[in-house]
Amino acid sequence: MDTDLALVARLAANLDTAFSGLVEAHAARMYTIADRYLGVPSDAEEVAQDALVRAYAALAGYDAGRIRELKLRPWLATITINLARNRRRRIVDRMPPVQLDPLVEVGWEPATPAGLSPPALAERREQRRELAVALLRLPGPIREAVVLRYVDGLSVSETASALSRPEGTIKAQVHRGLRLLRRNLTPQLEIQADPAGEMTA
Amino acid sequence: MTRTRAEPMLATAPDGLRADLADLALPAPEHLARAVLTDLGLADMWAELPSPLGPIGVVWNGRGISWIDRAGDPDLLAARFGDRVGRPLHRVERVPEPLARAIEARLAGNRRVRIDLDLRGHTEFEVAVWLKALEIPRGEVRPYGWIAAEIGRPKAVRAVGTALSHNPVPLVVPCHRVVRSDGSIGQYSLGGPEAKRTVLTAEGLDLIEMESAARSGFRYVGSATTHVVCLPTCHHARRITERHRRPFRSLGMAVLDGYRPCRSCRPGSGAALAA
Repeated sequence: MDTDLALVARLAANLDTAFSGLVEAHAARMYTIADRYLGVPSDAEEVAQDALVRAYAALAGYDAGRIRELKLRPWLATITINLARNRRRRIVDRMPPVQLDPLVEVGWEPATPAGLSPPALAERREQRRELAVALLRLPGPIREAVVLRYVDGLSVSETASALSRPEGTIKAQVHRGLRLLRRNLTPQLEIQADPAGEMTA
Repeated sequence: MTRTRAEPMLATAPDGLRADLADLALPAPEHLARAVLTDLGLADMWAELPSPLGPIGVVWNGRGISWIDRAGDPDLLAARFGDRVGRPLHRVERVPEPLARAIEARLAGNRRVRIDLDLRGHTEFEVAVWLKALEIPRGEVRPYGWIAAEIGRPKAVRAVGTALSHNPVPLVVPCHRVVRSDGSIGQYSLGGPEAKRTVLTAEGLDLIEMESAARSGFRYVGSATTHVVCLPTCHHARRITERHRRPFRSLGMAVLDGYRPCRSCRPGSGAALAA
C-alpha cells in the first residue's frame, strides 16, 4: 500500500514523531481484528492498545533498513492476533463459551444506503449481529484466517504471512470458514420457509 | 415434490457474504489512540491538583510526570508546555488516583513514595541538580553552593541556579528548598520569591528567623552536647535546645572548636564558597 510505504519511511526516519501516524492508520483495524476474533469489546480494546505499544517497542529495536522493509498490514495483524489468541484463552478460562453470545456487541453501524426504512435498518443490524456471532463460533484457526482475509481484507499471501501458514492452508481455511458461516446462518431463516415445505410434504 | 428453500440474502452469493464480513469493520474506540500515545510518552495529559500555591496543573505520560505549572490560565500552561516540551497535550478530568496520592504524599514530605519523572530532553547536569534537590527534606533548605558541591561541580553555583529555574516539575522536585547562602530566598520559577516564601512557610520553615540568623552571619549551628555542626534548618540542628546551641560563622571555626560536620545535612558541601 502506498500510504504504508510512506509511513514506514517516516517511521524509519523518526519513530517518535511518526508513530502517531501508524496509530491513526491502523488502530481501527487492529481493534476490529481483536473484537471480531474475541467478541468482547473491552478485551479487544486492551488487546489493540497492547499490540500498538508492542509494535512501538519492536520498532524502537529495529534499524532503519529493517523498518523500511516492514509490511505493516500483515505485521500489525500478527501482533494483534497473537495477543488476541492469548486473551481468548483467559476469557475462556473465566466463562463458559455459551455465555459469549450476549457479549457480542455490534457497535457502530456501517454506512447504510440512504432511505432504508426503520424495519429494513433493524433487519440489517440483526443480520450483522448474527454474522458476528456466527464468526465467533468458527473454530479458532479458521476464525483467524477469515477475520484477517475478509474482515480486515488482507490478501491470501498477506494472511498466510501474518499467520505463518502456507497459502494453500489459508485458502482451504477461508473456504471452509465461508461454508461453515453459510451453514450456520441458514437454519434460522429456514424456519420461515419450513412451514410451507411441511404443508406440501 | 422438490423442496424449495427461501435462501437468505446473506448467505447466497459468495460475494455477498464476503461484503458482509468486510462490513464488520469497526472504528477505533474514542480514547484508544490517545491512551497508546500517552502510555508511550509520545503525548501527555494534564489535570489540576491543589497545592500550597493554589491549583497547579500536573502533566504526565506513561513515563512519569513531565511538567508542573500554575493552573490559573490553562491556555498559558498549554503554551508553555508546547514551547518547552512540544508534545501533544490533552486536558482530562482528574489526575489518576495513585499519581495524585503519590504527589500529595511527596508534598507532605514523604520522600519514600515513588514518583516517576519524565525528564527526557534535559541535560545530564540539569537532571543531576534536580535529583540532588529531591534529597532535601521538607522544612529544610540548602544553599545553591551545596547542590553544586554535592554533584561534584563546586564551581557551577550559577549554573545550578539556572538549572533550578528550568525545573519542569516544581514542588515535586523541591527547587524551592534551595536558597542563597546569605540566607535570602532567591528566585522561584513558579511565581517568584513570594510564592517561594509561601511554600517554605507552608512546609514549616521560620523564614524570619532563618533570614535574621543569616544576616547576622551565622550560617552553621553546633550542639555543645554532641559536638556536631549542622546547617541551621537541618532537622538535627532544630532539635538542639537553646542552652546547647552554638552558632558559627564558618565551618572552619566550628571544626577548630572540635565540632564534626553533620552526616545528614553535610554542611561541608559548598562550605568554602559559602564561607
